Amino acid sequence: MIVDLIVWPTLAALLWVNRRRPLLWPLLALALLLLFNRVFTPGFFVLEIRDGRLYGTLVDVLNQGSKVMLLALGMTLVIATGGVDLSVGATMAIAGAVMARLADVSVPVALGGGLGVALLAGAWNGLLVSAFRIQPIIATLILMVAGRGVAQLVTDGQIINFEQPALVYLGNGALLGLPFTLALVLGMFVLTALLVRRTALGLFIEAIGDNETAARFTGLPARPVKFLVYVFAGLCAGLAGLVAASNIKSADANHIGLYLELDAILTVVVGGTALTGGRFQLAGSLVGALLIQTLGTTLYARNVGADVATVPKAIVILAVCLLQSPVLRAKLAGLRRRPPAAATKEGTV
Amino acid sequence: MSAPALVCRGLTKRFPGVVALDGVDFCARGGEVHALMGENGAGKSTLIKALTGVHPRDAGEAEVDGRPVHPRSPREAEAAGISTVYQEVNLIPDLSVAENICLGRQRTRFGFIRWGDARARARSALARLGLELDVDRTLSECSIAVQQLVAIARATDIDARVLILDEPTSSLDAGEVAQLFTVVRRLRDQGLAIVFVSHFLDQVYALADRITVLRNGRLVGEFPVAELPRLQLVAHMMGRSVDEVEALRHRERPAAAPGEPLLSTHGLARRHAVLPLDLELRRGEVLGLGGLLGSGRTEVARLLFGLDRADAGETRLEGRKVEFHSPADAMRAGLALTPEDRKTQAILPNLTVRENLVVALQARRGLWKQIPRAEQDRLVADFTRALGIKTSGPEQLIRNLSGGNQQKVILARWLATEPRLLILDEPTRGIDVGAQADIERLLAKLRDQGLAIVFICADTAELSRNSQRIAVLRDHAKVAELTGADVNEQAVMRAIAREAAA
Repeated sequence: MIVDLIVWPTLAALLWVNRRRPLLWPLLALALLLLFNRVFTPGFFVLEIRDGRLYGTLVDVLNQGSKVMLLALGMTLVIATGGVDLSVGATMAIAGAVMARLADVSVPVALGGGLGVALLAGAWNGLLVSAFRIQPIIATLILMVAGRGVAQLVTDGQIINFEQPALVYLGNGALLGLPFTLALVLGMFVLTALLVRRTALGLFIEAIGDNETAARFTGLPARPVKFLVYVFAGLCAGLAGLVAASNIKSADANHIGLYLELDAILTVVVGGTALTGGRFQLAGSLVGALLIQTLGTTLYARNVGADVATVPKAIVILAVCLLQSPVLRAKLAGLRRRPPAAATKEGTV
Repeated sequence: MSAPALVCRGLTKRFPGVVALDGVDFCARGGEVHALMGENGAGKSTLIKALTGVHPRDAGEAEVDGRPVHPRSPREAEAAGISTVYQEVNLIPDLSVAENICLGRQRTRFGFIRWGDARARARSALARLGLELDVDRTLSECSIAVQQLVAIARATDIDARVLILDEPTSSLDAGEVAQLFTVVRRLRDQGLAIVFVSHFLDQVYALADRITVLRNGRLVGEFPVAELPRLQLVAHMMGRSVDEVEALRHRERPAAAPGEPLLSTHGLARRHAVLPLDLELRRGEVLGLGGLLGSGRTEVARLLFGLDRADAGETRLEGRKVEFHSPADAMRAGLALTPEDRKTQAILPNLTVRENLVVALQARRGLWKQIPRAEQDRLVADFTRALGIKTSGPEQLIRNLSGGNQQKVILARWLATEPRLLILDEPTRGIDVGAQADIERLLAKLRDQGLAIVFICADTAELSRNSQRIAVLRDHAKVAELTGADVNEQAVMRAIAREAAA
């Protein structure tokens, strides 16, 4: 089948290229999960073209995963500075609410308003963390708790529906036969990658996350950089919020982005970025998001109830994290090396 | 001399790409102080870590009192009779002295800790060292020296046979060192085998009975102190002949040819840190900043570099008034500072040598002008060669380098910014004689190239050897400025002591 001809060589190539890189483990987990579905879940790999657009479970995975992928881009940079942003789910709700509220004014205003308010939310977090030096978990908890209330105020407690084609296209449209959200994610990923690897931002972020005191002694603008990453996380959350609202053609302040901040954090960690800050893996975070989404879709496809689906999800995440744990890997390496070591020991006696 | 308490045979430890320990034999006897000497990277730390279970060893064996030990964690090592006190005090500052001594070993009744018992135990552990302390005091209120002694009390509270002291004196002043040594001798006389690691030769000769020298992960030999002259020891450590070392020691200090003034301060002050200070820094000159620990040397450096804000006085750069609100400001003006505490203030441990080296230059060029990779690689190659940095490559993580090599990378980081004024706060602390000699040579070379250098150093001999002028600080104020023939150890000591007597 044509899908197999695309998926497996791509995965194999990615695995080979990353065989000595941190990306290996999440990629491997993703490959195994896809293989499982190829064998045991009928229809998982079936794609069909209707009205010039691809449909199928794999496409659903990409489309559904786009929100967490967007969040993960911003979250990766925040976590790399040694921080965390708990408010991204709430920011999504606010952005969605503002967009819906302004939908009747005009499309550009609605989009600009939604993203603008998300940037403001990010700036608020950044201000608390960098200027007032409040611990990130507390600083962003404030907006996490208050954000949905703000979204409710924006919508007057109503669920606001909208039908402007451009706004609906954002979360449901197709570009070159693939979901538009995929293009959005790819665009943001390339933009972010250029921003961190073609400027010194990546080095600055990793230096600050690794040893903030030393970074300051070296003249790095630690506070502006921290401010910037929260603003960026806000922007990513805003985009995700617009997509989420567009998906359901309405702003539901209570449900848009609910618990997605936790998925985003998980995704970043599964992708190989340590919560302690420092080195980050932007591509790893995307693979992590795909892994978590594929897992969710797999469970759904196999009729595992949403209430208990969290258990297998937790198990897979635990496995990936354990595989990345230096302690466990040292132990496993030790098991393999123990016999020769014992031999040398006897040899020297 | 009594029976061996600790015997190691053929200890071997490999890390990816290096053999850190290569079949090393080591033996410490009860009732002796045994110094473990070697340059950075010689394998001292690895040997200690292999003994205390931090690193599993790859081959070889260790025995304590004839019983084989194979610790997999510091706790197991302690249970086997090997206790360790590290350079940085590894205690919990917010707990009391008693809690720190008994932490993790409290006896309980019905699951509750018996605090009376813990306090009594802490008191008796301290009494064994001849110390009397209020065991309810919070540890952070005690001086570093006392904290160090508390760490020793904790280490010897259990039935230790071997006590390893890893650079215990590097943050202590002379009086505190003497106090520490009294305690160490007392423990030795109680029959403990004490392994003493230090870079201070004076202290090794004052305290040790026997010296084992390592070089490049191999055993050079074991010598009774009395039979090993200092020069010979240094020669063993560096792997050079005694004549070569002699030549190094008697390097001539060229007569000062002071250049024009670069930076001057007038009444520069900061409350609780620096009293009004007048300093003049000239091109092509090393100004030494001397004084006891806590006399305000580091505070002066922080003030000059814009890490702290002055609340009085002014700084002039080439006659123009300047104000540095941040290190970035100071860097733009051509200043550079290698901080006192390499580990917490300088290195980015999980980043590579390359990244650590280019980060200051990148900070100066700004966020948008990324240094091209080719230029980064060239910088690393140039400085690695120029400063003799030993790495397995530019992409090695800096935390895997020895202290001396880390320090050289930090120096390179700042030299890459092509500074006009270089402030070095204790650049040779905790590094070996070889790297120290390298850094002193570099200092002279940079001075001759016209840099203005501020050299902060606690060791008066090293200070006077490398400076053309010395400002002596005491209680946050400049109490003397020595020039010309007065730049010598005795004069520095006198300047410190004169005020002390007053």
